[in-house]
Order: sequence, then structure tokens, then C-alpha cells
Amino acid sequence: MNETSPILAQMVDRLFADHVDMALLAAASEGHWAQELWALVEQQGLPWSLVPEEQGGMGASFHDAFVIVRATGRHRAPVPLPETMAAGWLLAMAGLKLPAGPLTLAGAQSGDSCRLDRSGADWRLSGSIHRVPWGRVANSVVLTLRHDGKTLVVQAARNGAVIERAANLAGEFRDTLTFRNHPVEVAPWNHAFTDDPVAVVGAMMRSGQMAGALADVLARSVVYVGERQQFGRPIGKQQAVQQNLAILAEEVAATETAAEAAFLAFDRGDPEFLVAVAKVRAGIAVSQAVGIAHQVHGAIGFAREHPLHASTLRLMSWRTEFGGDRRWAVALGQRVLAEGADDFWPHITAG
Amino acid sequence: MTWPKSYGGSERSALDRYVVMEEMLFAGAPVSFHWIADRQSGPLLLRFGTEQQRQTILPRIARGELCFCIGLSEPDAGSDVASIRTKARKSDGGWRVNGTKLWTTNAHRAQYMIGLFRTAGDVSERHAGLSHFLVDLSLPGITVRPIRDLTGAEHFNEVIFDDALLPEGALIGRLGEGWSQAMTELAFERSGPERFLSSIQALIELIRHLGNAPTEEAAALVGRLIAQLVTLRNMSLSVSGMLEAHQDPALEAAVVKDLGGTFEQSLPEAVQGFLGLELGSGEGSDLHQVTAHLMQMAPAFSLRGGTREILRGIIARGLGLR
Repeated sequence: MNETSPILAQMVDRLFADHVDMALLAAASEGHWAQELWALVEQQGLPWSLVPEEQGGMGASFHDAFVIVRATGRHRAPVPLPETMAAGWLLAMAGLKLPAGPLTLAGAQSGDSCRLDRSGADWRLSGSIHRVPWGRVANSVVLTLRHDGKTLVVQAARNGAVIERAANLAGEFRDTLTFRNHPVEVAPWNHAFTDDPVAVVGAMMRSGQMAGALADVLARSVVYVGERQQFGRPIGKQQAVQQNLAILAEEVAATETAAEAAFLAFDRGDPEFLVAVAKVRAGIAVSQAVGIAHQVHGAIGFAREHPLHASTLRLMSWRTEFGGDRRWAVALGQRVLAEGADDFWPHITAG
Repeated sequence: MTWPKSYGGSERSALDRYVVMEEMLFAGAPVSFHWIADRQSGPLLLRFGTEQQRQTILPRIARGELCFCIGLSEPDAGSDVASIRTKARKSDGGWRVNGTKLWTTNAHRAQYMIGLFRTAGDVSERHAGLSHFLVDLSLPGITVRPIRDLTGAEHFNEVIFDDALLPEGALIGRLGEGWSQAMTELAFERSGPERFLSSIQALIELIRHLGNAPTEEAAALVGRLIAQLVTLRNMSLSVSGMLEAHQDPALEAAVVKDLGGTFEQSLPEAVQGFLGLELGSGEGSDLHQVTAHLMQMAPAFSLRGGTREILRGIIARGLGLR
């Protein structure tokens, strides 16, 4: 951790602890937009943390961003903060102007059918993009498209798009946006470290959020098994429960390590490999952790008014957003297999 | 590598040592002879040993001449290490030792054992009254009997002490402090790269076998294994950093060892299952032989150096549940 991280961590943690409660989460899952919370997040400058200072941002490192994103996940803050951070970074990298937030970014989904048309300096976008995070409230969506053999970064204002509302398992907005001949800002993506910056930065963000939500799941489970009495003593005194919580703690630690390494890899400028590792590892953790957390909570954790599912349902959704374990595992495996039995190891130890 | 030059070390960093250990394991180098001495016995002597013990023993370990074994487990003291019965009784000219150590890895090759014996009280007093000794295994009254393991090889042993006389200077550290010293020693055992690389040769051979035009399913399998491997490595490195910073990583080390052991066990099984290998002992291609050997070894990965259940108990205690 560098110098700013602990202060930043405390600030973000307090902001969300003070303003995200079960009432807000319940309302958000039913379609309420947490505008007041977003205003507070903006006041702190957090959405522009990854934008360089000379472009009006905070100029924070990705390691700092990890702290912010993990806290966002841990508190299940129902605002597109990770998305806006990622979109802002992407626009700054592409040299495009930053519109007012909130922003979002859209990875490729099956069924997307977008086309760019150019006339002179003007670009127009047509087509539908599915499952856009926070699509209905984002002022602008950032995506990449292939055009004439090049990757282009595209920024499309939401105004004028047709919106079809949808949500993930936790009720977070995942809308379809349809554009018709919609004027957009476009710039080429000229950075060699990845061809697919939306997927890579998006998956990194989700792995950081998953580390946070998993930490919440563990903390809640530890408190609960200390309070809940059965057979005349707290259930946390039962070895069977202890052993399961130990597994949960291991999975949380692994996800935290993997996610942090992914953010650090962005700071070093070579993120693709470790982002894939983080997304796959977090997915493995979700399989174990969600089951254990619900098991130790018993029936109460299954109740709508209980806060556990605000984390577990997000984990189930985030796991596949910006590419599921399978997509990233295949990418990782193909890369390692291309390097071969005698050459993959130096790559792993080089980091 | 990390020890003071005055004891034959090189005063390198823990990270330097980590790199060398990791590369040896990845290359499948034969490391068994010196491993315990370098990882556990030497550091224990450095920390708690007398000046005489350090000067006579450490330079010889550093030169790779000495093999050590660890005398903890007994017939009735496995996971429950505190129920050790082997006694060291003060007598003229030193300590008289009587009892039996069991499952002692490498005792048949080792010149020395670091043994935990009861110097006061009885089994009911548990952790109290246990002390550490440096045992020269060539002394009269000590018999080492190899025990064949399920692979047919001889790694572990029964070590019988029949009124063996250890010299005065054999005590390591403080009398009756053996328990806490032993727990310090185990932290060294629980976090290194050997705790997730035991099965690495199966992964290497799998990658060789699959080649560079894999099916998606094969790539996904390798990807999942790599994601776990890379993460374990980062966790293990972080524990190594804690050791270097003189922090106590007992909890983190338990996490690495349990996750690492589970991964090491899953790896040969994943290879066997994915490729549907019919395995026999010591036959077939490298892939077959490596997988067969590791399938047989795998049950030990969650036993040695603290069983899975003990490790999870340590983690649960770290969570405040015990």
C-alpha cells in the first residue's frame, strides 16, 4: 500500500457505511436510483480517481482504485462507481473528453449488433447493446468496436437511446440500449497491452468488488455464528461450522490476493494475465463461499429482509459480468498452452 | 542462504531464498535431503539454539552435508502433539531419553533429529513440560526403522529411544518452552512454495500433452488450475514477506497450507480424470508416471505438517470462533 491508501480506505469506507443501509439496498433492488448517494460519491471526486490530474481527475494508482472498488463491493453500494472509474480511465487513455457522470462501460454480449458509420469527422452508432450496467442512469456509455481492422473507443451519450430495462440477480440495473444513427465520439485504442480494454478493466473492477462482497459475507457469517445459539451454545462452537468458516476465510483471502494483484498489474501496464487469474479465482471462491455463508445462516439468511443476499446475489451475478470464469479460464489456458510446458513458468514468476 | 555469514550463510533475503526453492521445485530437483534442515531445523537453531550448537551444526547444514528430521509425532500423539509421551530425564552427564517417535520423515537418512520430549510432568499436563533437543541419531540406544508407505517407498520411520543418553548441551532453547518453539518452527513449514508446488510436475506434463491447439474445455481446465496456482504463489510470497518483516504469519501460513494442499491434491486427480488415464505404478509415459506417483502421494498433502482439520482449527481461532 502506498501513502494515500489508508486514508482513502477510511474515507470511502465511512462514506458507504454511513449511507448504504438495507432500506436503500431494498429500494435499489426494486428499481430506485440512489441519486443522493451518487452525489456524495461525486463530491469526493471518486468517480474520476483513475483520470490523470491534468485531465481533471484524482490521478490515483490502480492500487488506490482497488481500495475504493473493494469498499464499494463490501458495502454493496448501489451506484456505478467502478463503472464510472473504468469508463473515465478508458476515455482518458483514448484521449476523449470526459462527459459528466455517472458513466458506464459495456462489454460485448451475445446478441449485440452494433455498427459504426462515418461521414467526415462525424461518427454514428446503430444497434443494440445488452446488459449495460446502470444503463438507464448513466449519462454516457463507453464501449469498444472493431472498425477497419482497428479497435475504436466509442463514447455514446445515453440521451436518445431506447432503453429496455433489465436487472441482474441483485436488482442492479443491466439494461439494453438501442441506438439509431446516434452521434458518438470516437478515438482509436492505441495501447498494446490489450485489444479488449473494456473486458479487462471491467473484469478487474468486478474482481475487486467480489473481494469486497466476499469479505462482507465472511464478516457477517462470523458475527452470526457467534450470536446464534443452538444446543445451548453458539453454533460457532461446533467444529463442523468452524471448519466451514475456515474454508470461507481461505476463499476470501485468495480472492483478495488475486484481485489486488490484478489492480497492481494495471499499474505495471501488463494486466491481462492477472485480471484473468483474478476473475477465475474469484469465481471459484463464489462457488464455495456463497454456499457456506447461506448454510451457516440457516433460514434467516434466506429471508428477503436479511442483508446477506445483498452480497451473495451480487456475487452470483458479478461472477459472469465482463466475462465469466469459463471465458477467462479459456483465455488463461490458451495463453499458457501457447507458451508451452517449458516456458509458461518464467512468465508466472516474472511479475 | 539467509543465514548470517558467521554460520556459513550468505545473508541473502528471504525472497532470494524463495526464488531458488521455487525454481528447484519447478525443475523437480531432488531436495528431500537438505530441505527440512534448511527450512526448519536451521532456523530453529538460529533462533533458540546455543552458540555451541549453532557453530557446530549450521555451517554443515549450509554446506548441504546434514540431513535433519523432526521428532514430533508419536504412536499416540499425531494431530494432538501436546500428548507426547517420550521422556527426557535429567541424569548424570546429560539427558536419558525413552520412548518412540513415529512417522518421522527422513530419519533413516538423517544424522540429526530435533526432537520434542517431555522433561517434566506427564501427558495430562499437555503443553507444559515439553522441551526441544538436538539429537545425534548415531548415539547408542537409538534405533531407526523405516516404514514403507503406500507407494512402496521408504520416507518415514519409527525411531525408538531406549535409554539413549543425550549430552548436557543437547537442550535447545529454554527448558519447558518446547511447545511454543515447535509452533514457531511449524510456521516455517506451512507457507513455502513446497506447499503448493508438490504436484506441479503433473501440470507441466498435462500442458506438454495438450499442446498448443487445445480444445476450449482443455484450455479452461488449465486456466482454472493456473488461476489457483498463481494466486497461491502470491499468497505464499506475502507470507514470506511477513517472515522477513519478523511478523507472525501463523494464521496466514495455515491458510496457504490448507489451500495449497487442497490444490496439490486436486491437480493429479484433474489430470487423471480429464484424460481418463488408466494408471499403473512406474509404467507408461512421463505423464502417466508423474500422475500415478502424485495420485498415490496426494493423500499425504493434507496430513504432513498439520492436518487439514488442525489447520482449519487454527484459522477458525484466527476468526475468533475458538
